[in-house]
Amino acid sequence: MGLSLRVAAVATLASLPLAVLTALALARGRFPGKTLLDGLVHLPLVLPPVVTGYLLLVAFGRRGLLGPALESCCGLTFSFRWTGAALAAAVMGFPLMVRAIRLSIEAVDRRLEDAAETLGASRIGAFFAVTLPLSLPGVLAGATLGFAKALGEFGATITFVSSIPGETRTLPAAIYALTQTPGGDAAAGRLVLVAVALSLAALIASELLARRLSSRIAA
Amino acid sequence: MSLAVDIRRRVGDFTLDVAFEVPAGVTAILGRSGAGKSTVVAAVAGLARPDDGRIALDGAALFDAETRVNLPPRKRRVGVVFQDSRLFPHFSVRTNLLFGARRRGSSGGLSLDEVAEVLGIGHLLKRRPNSLSGGERQRVAIGRALLSRPSALLFDEPLAALDSERKAEVLPYIARLTRGAELPVLYVTHALEEARALADRLVVLEGGRVAASGPVEQAIAQAGLAAAGDRFADGVTLEAVIAELDEAYELTGVALGSHRVWTPGLLGRPGEAVRLRLLARDVSLALIPPERASIRNALPGLVRQVRRGPGPYAQVAVDVGGAVIKSEITRRAADDLGLAPGRMVHALVKSVAVARA
Repeated sequence: MGLSLRVAAVATLASLPLAVLTALALARGRFPGKTLLDGLVHLPLVLPPVVTGYLLLVAFGRRGLLGPALESCCGLTFSFRWTGAALAAAVMGFPLMVRAIRLSIEAVDRRLEDAAETLGASRIGAFFAVTLPLSLPGVLAGATLGFAKALGEFGATITFVSSIPGETRTLPAAIYALTQTPGGDAAAGRLVLVAVALSLAALIASELLARRLSSRIAA
Repeated sequence: MSLAVDIRRRVGDFTLDVAFEVPAGVTAILGRSGAGKSTVVAAVAGLARPDDGRIALDGAALFDAETRVNLPPRKRRVGVVFQDSRLFPHFSVRTNLLFGARRRGSSGGLSLDEVAEVLGIGHLLKRRPNSLSGGERQRVAIGRALLSRPSALLFDEPLAALDSERKAEVLPYIARLTRGAELPVLYVTHALEEARALADRLVVLEGGRVAASGPVEQAIAQAGLAAAGDRFADGVTLEAVIAELDEAYELTGVALGSHRVWTPGLLGRPGEAVRLRLLARDVSLALIPPERASIRNALPGLVRQVRRGPGPYAQVAVDVGGAVIKSEITRRAADDLGLAPGRMVHALVKSVAVARA
């Protein structure tokens, strides 16, 4: 359970800045290939998770396309490590995060950004001073969704990094393993309760935070 | 200090092609909606790029199609007060006011305290924009633009979204701030009264072109706005007195000239002074008094003046027993009825707005 939380937390936090950037590009940007980027971002949502896991294996596996290079340059190993589970969880949660954040950025009145620019802010300055704070509830909602998705990710994770106890056996993988073991029902049941409690706690926490944020903006 | 604008821009069927100069002091741009005012605002502020031309502040180009100069808004130092104020909802009034000052350095120029005092917003500094009234919000927006150390000020219909009471609240502040301004101030509006109250010079826009420009009254005369009175307001405002009430039908009878105008609601007591606002399009004309019609207010009167145009319309001034009201009808109707000064008509008043004097 501690492992699952760590995997989900790292997956969410590490992908959040990238998700915000991607959402910003999709919401406000005008550039060639925007539709393609949109499609790529959403791909993990519609692909069978096994396919996503397999593609990750091809790209980041020990003998994958990028795996060896990353290992030698940055000491980053993904294959069969908990970091790999985090990567799989991040990729699977990414579309959900981008979607929620993009919607909230689009909801911010663009004319406020114009006003900020006439007052001396650059485009980027206006984004950080005005757009980002105003879309914070959406960013939070996106992070929660991503976190929940990361906690529950199963297919891509097990394909990419298998289910190694203590290293890559996240909560869903553990539950699955227990259901396959004779007499594991009781233990599986306990873990199911834990999963329900964790997800519920995440949802409630984000709801409370979002409420506080929006009341601060509206007050 | 002066701002020189000479730009062209096509948007769909509409072509804007204007050239005018804004010296230090207030220059109003007057035009109906669709005349191209907002295109001018966006071009000067740097929020929309003209197709061609040049915009220069003190000789330095903000935009120049020829040399491909197009400064981003933040480098233009044009302080903008928008119609919808555009305060940042997540900041306090104080942070809103200082938004520009923080980004442009606060040395020199006006201080927060000075601006807050002049605009009467010192007590609002800790509040959030959403808790302010429309008038207060607009005063904060003006302060925010002033504190950004602008080299020119741009007011984009700052009063258009406010009701008449709030307008009356904010207008004096703008007047006080801009009187004797050393900066070029561009004040965009569709209300002739505002231009008259604030501006030294006037540019009249019609259909994307400058119809007249120069000192205010001269430009008004040049554009033919004075001939039919206040064409942009499209109506008349009259001082009047409540004559009687019909309590059973809940109507108020207001004395207008030697006649009486009935208006719905019990709006005051007999003898009370009120202000009547009659829009020209709410007044139609008939040669004989209508019988069995739903319109109750048919006032006999004499045609004073008929002005044909613009477009399919004609404005007719009618003297109804001492008070002159205006009617907007089609040119064809004016010709069919043979309307000319001296002609007896009945002014049919569809509705009238009554305000306490």
